[in-house]
Amino acid sequence: MTLDALAPGATAVVTGYAGELPARLLEMGLVPGTSIEVVRLAPLGDPMELKVRGFLLSVRKDEAAHVVVENA
Amino acid sequence: MTETQTRVRTVALAGNPNVGKTTLFNALTGSHQKVANYPGVTVERKSGRLAGVRAGGDGAPSTSAPGVEVVDLPGTYSLAPKSVDERVAFDALVGRIPGEPAPDVVVCVVDATNLERNLYLVTQVLDLGLPTVVALNMTDALDEAGIEIDVAGLAERLGVPVVETAARSGRGIDALREAVLDPPPPAQGVGWELMPAVQAAVAPLAEALGAESDVPPSQLHAEALGALTSDPLLAVWERRAPRFHQDVLDTRAALDARPVMYRMAEMTGRYGWISPVAADVVRQTAAAGQVTVSDKIDAVVTHRVWGPLIFGGVLLVIFQAVFSWAVPAMDAIEWLVGVTGQGMRAVLPDGVFEDVMVEGALTGVGNVLVFLPQILLLFLFLGIMEDTGYMARTAFIMDRAMRKVGLSGGSVVPMLSAYACAIPGIMAARTLADERERIITIMVVPLQGCSARLPVYVLFIAAFIPAGSLFGVIGYQGLAMTSLYVLGTLMAFAAAWVLRKWVFKGTGSSFVMELPPYRMPQPRYLWRRMVDRSKVFVVRAGKIIFGLSIVLWVLASYPKLDPPPALAAQMEAADQAAQDARQSLVDIDLSGRAELEGTERASIESALEAADAESLVAQNEWAGYQVRNSYIGRFGHALEPIMRPLGFDWKISAGIVASFAAREVIVSALATIYSAGADADEESLALRDAIKADTYPDGTKVFTPLVAVSLLVFFVFALQCMSTLAIAKRELNSWFWPAVMWGYMFVLAYGFSFAIYQGGKLLGLG
Repeated sequence: MTLDALAPGATAVVTGYAGELPARLLEMGLVPGTSIEVVRLAPLGDPMELKVRGFLLSVRKDEAAHVVVENA
Repeated sequence: MTETQTRVRTVALAGNPNVGKTTLFNALTGSHQKVANYPGVTVERKSGRLAGVRAGGDGAPSTSAPGVEVVDLPGTYSLAPKSVDERVAFDALVGRIPGEPAPDVVVCVVDATNLERNLYLVTQVLDLGLPTVVALNMTDALDEAGIEIDVAGLAERLGVPVVETAARSGRGIDALREAVLDPPPPAQGVGWELMPAVQAAVAPLAEALGAESDVPPSQLHAEALGALTSDPLLAVWERRAPRFHQDVLDTRAALDARPVMYRMAEMTGRYGWISPVAADVVRQTAAAGQVTVSDKIDAVVTHRVWGPLIFGGVLLVIFQAVFSWAVPAMDAIEWLVGVTGQGMRAVLPDGVFEDVMVEGALTGVGNVLVFLPQILLLFLFLGIMEDTGYMARTAFIMDRAMRKVGLSGGSVVPMLSAYACAIPGIMAARTLADERERIITIMVVPLQGCSARLPVYVLFIAAFIPAGSLFGVIGYQGLAMTSLYVLGTLMAFAAAWVLRKWVFKGTGSSFVMELPPYRMPQPRYLWRRMVDRSKVFVVRAGKIIFGLSIVLWVLASYPKLDPPPALAAQMEAADQAAQDARQSLVDIDLSGRAELEGTERASIESALEAADAESLVAQNEWAGYQVRNSYIGRFGHALEPIMRPLGFDWKISAGIVASFAAREVIVSALATIYSAGADADEESLALRDAIKADTYPDGTKVFTPLVAVSLLVFFVFALQCMSTLAIAKRELNSWFWPAVMWGYMFVLAYGFSFAIYQGGKLLGLG
């Protein structure tokens, strides 16, 4: 499952990447083993607001699609 | 002066965005600051002199630290260059900026409430092997966040001094200053580990780089790893160390073949070190998952329904402020300019110099200054939005919509700023990380209805749009005004879409954005930034307008001509008649004959009035004659054949030429041409009536409502603003895109006006 498929309120753990490596997301801490909470979606359904390592991050769904996650 | 003080010459502040780095910079430097640009890029270089170390409680500086320069590097999450900001920060730290050696000390500013992610950049900085001090900032927010940090433990793990600060209250600033002036030895790096396969590959690369370049040994590993994992960093070496460059390419191919995911090696390696350290030194005192105030605000502000409504409300308040709260201040500035003009007239000797200074220079500069209140207000609101953290939320809310035209949420603010003036809008585009998106934004921002268009809109709407209202609620005039703004904005979106689709292809880079916690803005720094930014506007725009106003005034005033014989005779006759009438009145008074006091006196008085009026008409006509035959008038005549299909006669054409400096100039230019008196403004009835009454030789009206609409639309699209071009040139570092900008906007203006005028005539409207 990829990160963009998660619904608001869901939590998951990063396990790997699909396709292009989202370097910026990795620098922001979304390395394998990191747990993520989807806080909400923007009013138009995209981007998504994530909580990672205690801070909030806005990520577009097409970029979140590069992050492979597993339900925590 | 101690030895260390002479040794430390430059201090660089590095850190993530939103960690209070600039506040800390202000606290360290006090008022000794200057803002410049890094060579060749639009990244601001903020620097200042380290203020003296304060003694005791009296606040007086006891030790001054002369010559210590503090540089506030752009806020970045990483030193691996993906944006211009990151590249500048990295280059500055390794001494690769021309004429700027690497800093003697680095202060790495860290948000204590968000330690884990902040440590990523810290570990990168420590790898550079420079003397480094970590400023653990925002410690005043730790209690509320329910966090405790083992500072000594953190310092031990990082191997560098860690100073607790709270830049807002000034806590820890003295300690930080002392730590900087007595710098630690060069940092050793934290000893994070790359995955073995990559580590094995980097070691020989570092050796190769050392053999081929003058990179200090302590930085070789970092540089080699950077080149291996990042294309921009590798490109640096293509010429400077070609063999190393080739080695890296070979190594990448070998790793790809195995396969080893070397590109993520740095991130996983660093976080592999950071996560356990953070777990050790950070203690969560409040229950995890507790809902903070920030979370509560966010739930409302980014809510599916409330979010957009609140954003709309905020915009409404800003527009309201910019358009109406600014009016008293604008009136005051106009009054001041008027008074200054009178003062100058009284002091300066009559003549050409006086005319140039008052009518040319002062009026021109006044035309710019009058927008200052609006710009100050806009910067104030933008500053509040930025400092509270709301700005990031607007980008979050709007991103999806903006993407439809190839922009991102980050373009919302530049586009909004441009409603006041394109200049702050263009400058606000600096925050965009993606260079292509930045260029697109700059290219379309001048289509937004800026405040300089207002006087033009007001004049022609008041003259040609009826004052009535639709259903008694929506005034036609207001509706017309709104339509012009909507038209400009829609065209800006369309232009962005076209540019993204055909010129700057692709979907744009990533839009990963931190949503910082909400914070109270600090009035002191809001004010300072507002003043700084406005200064830039006044100085840059003012310089251009000052010169151009003088040129335009000369073009509109020369060559000086005598009145043509018929007009001269008319003026003379009127003056003579007035003089005769005055003499007759004097005669009557002297004769003392009471019987003449009645009807005869009344008829002479009315004759005098008529003669005076005729004299004024002749005077104004002479002024009009002068303008018609001035250089600008001749230019207007020459342009008339081109502008005729839009419904514009030579007078409007001349006005458009004159308003190339700034849109609102067309109002005063038309006032001069129509001899309505040079001090007429867009509210002036004389000008409005003269425009409505003007006819061609065949008796048809020059200005029909159709012509007015055509002209209004022309002003919606045309880039009649020297200052915008000048700023765009500065921000884009070339005249190419500003030239394209002017060209495409002219084509839009001409095309739309042409279609409206010709189409309207076909429909029998004009």
